[in-house]
Amino acid sequence: MENAFGQPQSVVVFGGTSDIARSLTRKLCAARAHTVVLAGRNPELLDAAAAEARDYGATQVDTVLFDAEDPADAQRCVREAFDKVAGPIDLVVVAVGLLGDQSTFEDDPVVAARMATVNFTWPVTALTEIRRRLVAQGSGRILVMSSVAAVRVRRSMYFYAGAKAGLDRLCLAMADSLEGTGVTLQILRPGQVRTKMTAGVAEPPFTTGPDEVAETVMKGLASGERVIWSPPLLRYVFFVLRHLPAPLWRKVIDR
Amino acid sequence: MTRTTLHGWGRTSPSVATVLTPTSEDQVGAEIMRAPGSIARGLGRSYGDAAQLGGGVVLDNRGLSGIGPIDHEGVVTVGAGVSIDELLRVSIPQGWFVPVTPGTRQVTLGGALAADVHGKNHHVDGSIANHVLALRLVTPTGLLELSPNARPELFWATMGAMGLTGVVTSVTLRMAAIETDRVLVDTERFADLDGVMSAMEHGDDAYRYSVAWVDCMTRGAHQGRAILTRGDHARARDLDAATLEGPTSPKLAVPFDAPSGLLNPLTIKVFNELWFRAAPRHRDNEVQSLSSFFHPLDGLRDWNRLYGRRGFVQYQFVVPDQAGDTVRAAIGRLAQSRVPSFLAVLKRFGPANPAPLSFPMPGWTLALDLPVGPSALPGVLDELDEMVIEAGGRVYLAKDARLSPDKLRAMYPRLDEFLALKNLVDPDHRLTSDLARRLHLTGE
Repeated sequence: MENAFGQPQSVVVFGGTSDIARSLTRKLCAARAHTVVLAGRNPELLDAAAAEARDYGATQVDTVLFDAEDPADAQRCVREAFDKVAGPIDLVVVAVGLLGDQSTFEDDPVVAARMATVNFTWPVTALTEIRRRLVAQGSGRILVMSSVAAVRVRRSMYFYAGAKAGLDRLCLAMADSLEGTGVTLQILRPGQVRTKMTAGVAEPPFTTGPDEVAETVMKGLASGERVIWSPPLLRYVFFVLRHLPAPLWRKVIDR
Repeated sequence: MTRTTLHGWGRTSPSVATVLTPTSEDQVGAEIMRAPGSIARGLGRSYGDAAQLGGGVVLDNRGLSGIGPIDHEGVVTVGAGVSIDELLRVSIPQGWFVPVTPGTRQVTLGGALAADVHGKNHHVDGSIANHVLALRLVTPTGLLELSPNARPELFWATMGAMGLTGVVTSVTLRMAAIETDRVLVDTERFADLDGVMSAMEHGDDAYRYSVAWVDCMTRGAHQGRAILTRGDHARARDLDAATLEGPTSPKLAVPFDAPSGLLNPLTIKVFNELWFRAAPRHRDNEVQSLSSFFHPLDGLRDWNRLYGRRGFVQYQFVVPDQAGDTVRAAIGRLAQSRVPSFLAVLKRFGPANPAPLSFPMPGWTLALDLPVGPSALPGVLDELDEMVIEAGGRVYLAKDARLSPDKLRAMYPRLDEFLALKNLVDPDHRLTSDLARRLHLTGE
């Protein structure tokens, strides 16, 4: 069971090999997590992340393989991951996503559809199953990785950010739907983070490292706020950006 | 049969359970056997997750009512769902007070046994279990009638076991005789922690009730300044007009959740300052009512809402007599990290009882109310755990919402003895709670 500070003892992470997910898993294991299930696509990376979880104090670590391009398989993946945890599941992290190359999407509808599947359809399918199982359990938390890019979608990455926006809005209302069930859903909106996903991308202001994001999440789990911004100041920055007139918005964001 | 969100008095870590209110031992037994997992709940005054069970069945013991006659020796049998408040309304007019009371009257007798509650008289009278003559316990293997002489190992295993050996349905206890509904109180103010601890070491034996409020936020020379209040029941001859009236209902309540930041380092400092200054430097034989001496916070209903939506944790530990330095170090660590804490309660415990999970042991106990929020808090409390274990002490399960299973094991060396007894009455591990799952107390 999680403790009063939202520190879980059992954690399932979908997209467990991403840099942010690994940072977060390390911090969770250093706090109270002893049971960890990591789900991802790449077996070598999963094993490395699993070894890291053990180093940081987890005593029972398992991995599950899945392909986020195949939403028909999402339910199986959730079931398998949940079955590996004996007892209640305290925290489920959905950190599945792919940034990709905007110009490729613009040129190829099939690739664009695939991108939408990974960033939207697979997470939504998995979340539906996660929600159902946690509600039956009567406790638990879901953390969904969104992005500040979802707050106002910009033209240079509208495929990725648009898919994230869909996920973000859906999750806001899913969180409402969970009132009174004992289950909570929190949305993480990080700014740009230095990770392997963003390698080579120019660094805008408020860029942070994965450890800073993970630290902000730990605080967010304790406070229970519905949307966790990282860094927290972006809440106010995006309040302004969200309301800029479109011509000004294009000018500011494409600089 | 409704699904209800439950949390402890600290309002952290809620979970949803099916709440049932059985009114007989048969119903309790049937529900325990029907549900794969269940736990009893009283008035929800445990601070953490002891009386909740996500996805399971929570048995509200308030249906187990009834107060029997009080005999000439003060012996009374009550339903486990009767609160100390309800009992006192009946008993005080007849000249009887509960032998032990925690800081609130709003606990059931069942809950009081589950937490083996202590009060300001622990150094003289021990905890509630020391005054229980008999109890009836419904377990998955049947109804047991327990007393310190009949199945003593299961009797003691049930005391302080947070409901994990079964559902207590009725309790027979011996009350304490009183002549009046007043207490004579001596108050002293101390500029630092050493002063108050020394006064308690050398003077507590002369008083039946003793407790100190300590300011944990002032740093420097006045770190741990304190107000010590000690007293005993007033005799009829002490007063001009002796009365015996039961407690009244609170007139004030907190009507809504305060913003989470209301109790912050600044407001708590101001409160502590006012509290300290309001106390007399020294005053003897002040006449106080039972309620204002024993249950001051009961005058403000739902005061836990002052901590806002995020809630708060209470950290209460005990360390042996010779480990007074650990108390100093703990207060110093909290003051240094600037984690805000309301006036803390410091008290000396007397001898322990034979219960394997009972909290009190001879020594010093300190209880702190800490709002959830400061990011340093979880780590600081983990550090305090280490200090407490180092000193041979433990934390109180009725207050706990954040301990880890390995630390629990280090603090309660008789844990395996308890688990073996639990397995005896609950071989299929039906009795469980969120706390039991968190601390691996389910017996699995």
